[in-house]
Amino acid sequence: MLEIKNLVVEIEGTRILNGLDLTVNNGEIAAIMGPNGSGKSTLSYVVAGKEEYEVLDGEIILDGQNVLEMEPSERAAAGVFLAFQYPLEIPGVATMTFLKAALNAQRKSRGEAELTTPDFIKRVNAAAQQLEIPKDMLKRALNVGFSGGEKKRMEILQMALLEPRFCILDETDSGLDIDALRIAAEGVNALRSPDRSFLVITHYQRLLNYIVPDSVHVMAGGKIVKSGGKELALELEANGYADYKAQEAA
Amino acid sequence: MADVERINTPVEAAIAEHFAGVKATLPGDAGTRETAFARFTEAGLPHRRVEEWKYTDLRNLMREAAALAPALSDDAAKAALEASPWFSGVDAVRIAIANGHVVASASDLADLPEGVTLETLSQALAAGHADLAHLGAIPEAGDNIAVALNSAFMTDGVVIRVKAGTKVTMPLHLRFVITGDSAVATATRSLIVVEKGASVTLLESHDSADALAHQPNNMVEMVVGDEAQVAHFRIDGHGTGAQALSTLTAHLGAHVAFDTLNIVARPGLVRHQVYMTFAGEHTKGAVRGATMLTGKQHADTTLFVNHVAPHCESRELFKTAIDGNATGVFQGRIAVAREAQKTDGQMMSSAVLLSDGATMNNKPELEIFADDVLCAHGATCGALDDDLLFYLMARGIPRPEAEALLIESFLGEAVEEAVDETDEDLREALLSVARTWLAARS
Repeated sequence: MLEIKNLVVEIEGTRILNGLDLTVNNGEIAAIMGPNGSGKSTLSYVVAGKEEYEVLDGEIILDGQNVLEMEPSERAAAGVFLAFQYPLEIPGVATMTFLKAALNAQRKSRGEAELTTPDFIKRVNAAAQQLEIPKDMLKRALNVGFSGGEKKRMEILQMALLEPRFCILDETDSGLDIDALRIAAEGVNALRSPDRSFLVITHYQRLLNYIVPDSVHVMAGGKIVKSGGKELALELEANGYADYKAQEAA
Repeated sequence: MADVERINTPVEAAIAEHFAGVKATLPGDAGTRETAFARFTEAGLPHRRVEEWKYTDLRNLMREAAALAPALSDDAAKAALEASPWFSGVDAVRIAIANGHVVASASDLADLPEGVTLETLSQALAAGHADLAHLGAIPEAGDNIAVALNSAFMTDGVVIRVKAGTKVTMPLHLRFVITGDSAVATATRSLIVVEKGASVTLLESHDSADALAHQPNNMVEMVVGDEAQVAHFRIDGHGTGAQALSTLTAHLGAHVAFDTLNIVARPGLVRHQVYMTFAGEHTKGAVRGATMLTGKQHADTTLFVNHVAPHCESRELFKTAIDGNATGVFQGRIAVAREAQKTDGQMMSSAVLLSDGATMNNKPELEIFADDVLCAHGATCGALDDDLLFYLMARGIPRPEAEALLIESFLGEAVEEAVDETDEDLREALLSVARTWLAARS
């Protein structure tokens, strides 16, 4: 479903991704682990379409389409979803207004009718209940005054509503206590399906106890340096990234 | 006065000619009008070398001077009022003023709330009404050229008095419209006297066609007694053919709560001036604005906030969204007199520039003579936040819609602060101005 070939990316003249190759199949959960500064977040932003990154080479193919030419909103409509490491606060934009705008924009681009308000509210409430998001949180401005854990759960709520094809979780575990982590992971697991793939970016193996990956990839120096099954995560947890950092330095 | 300037441009000469032609027909004391006009004769139209008009060079911007509009027929006035949408969703007592004249047949004069009296300015001037003594309650405004011209030319308006202790629940809505086939000028003056302990909400809207060249000069003076509460919401919806000058003065007693919000969406050229004087202790006054500009529009907001009495609080919040080659101006002066100890004043002006051709001029000024005050001002100017835009777009919201959401929330802050959150109709009436503007933009 998603194929990244020889991706080379710079930001302000600094090379971040250095010929990255990665394939994630339909229904697969791929985990990316790696030390700080290895380019994991950059990869997530480049797939989602953030502007300030300069793609010098390579392609990102989603379901046969090269997404690099698309605006972020078009990529979202094509099925890309990025759960942000640091979800942004948007004062003055009501959470419900935002959710409705996002959902209806995607439906519109797929040629589907807009949801009626009662139907929309029903869907939001169902997703919120599952993620233990209190209703008064939905009444506030988007992410404003939310705790770190609440913001992450709001990301998963959006993912559940938008039903994307390809989900990127960028360090969704950071800043979460153990209960919040469990709730978020359950939210993700509930969305697992043969038609949906996940790219789970994390520093720690802990998250992968809850969201069990099909493949684990180690990223260092802007590319994938090792791939394996879920046991690779345990190995990294035990040995750290020292080997890979040394490899990078060499 | 070594640098007195004489009337020396064709436009100034045309204004003098209009005044000479019309003054005998205007109501009230001719001498007062002559004195006001002499102020204009002395100074001429303000230009960029006059500090207070530096960014709005009227001499350069006003190339024609239209004659005062005659009163409309009732039918013509009603047709124009019919087309004016502002505040239509808010229950209110409506008072219509078309081409500078009160239209009694289109106003709810018989339905004035208990404790509220209203006369037209023309009647009051003709009869020498006692309340007219309150005109010019803030004397320094009289030196302002827009005010001087208004005092010379004013044709009509309303004189409203809210009696002591009266809590007026239904807002009073002053609906101004201008219509015509050829260029017109209007000059209206309204006086609102709110007695001790009374409370009232005033809505003020302006409407006119884009294609009509028109030069409205509107002034509202408010004299607010001790312990009174006044909320004022203004929509400047003059068309793009407008060169609009407006002035609001608010003379505030003690323990007053006063709020004014001005929304500017359409006029080609507009200068809105607010004079707010804190004359009594423990008063709170807020002046807010949301301005949206595109094309070659020019909008100037100029404030003169004067703290005379101690223990008062002033808040100013202005939001400007600028697209195209439009220009925004914010000048805010807060003066704190030596006696005005414990003044708490905060002024903020933020602009978002939506195009390369957009310009914003921000000039906050503090003049503080008291030594125990808390005063702050700030000004920001920048593009929409790219990270926020990306966040919205990453959820599938196309760029124009994502920008609209951010701009509405940016402008909406001024509205949200001004409107009681339970007042959905009013909130909607104000925010819809921004939504209409944004819909036209994308």
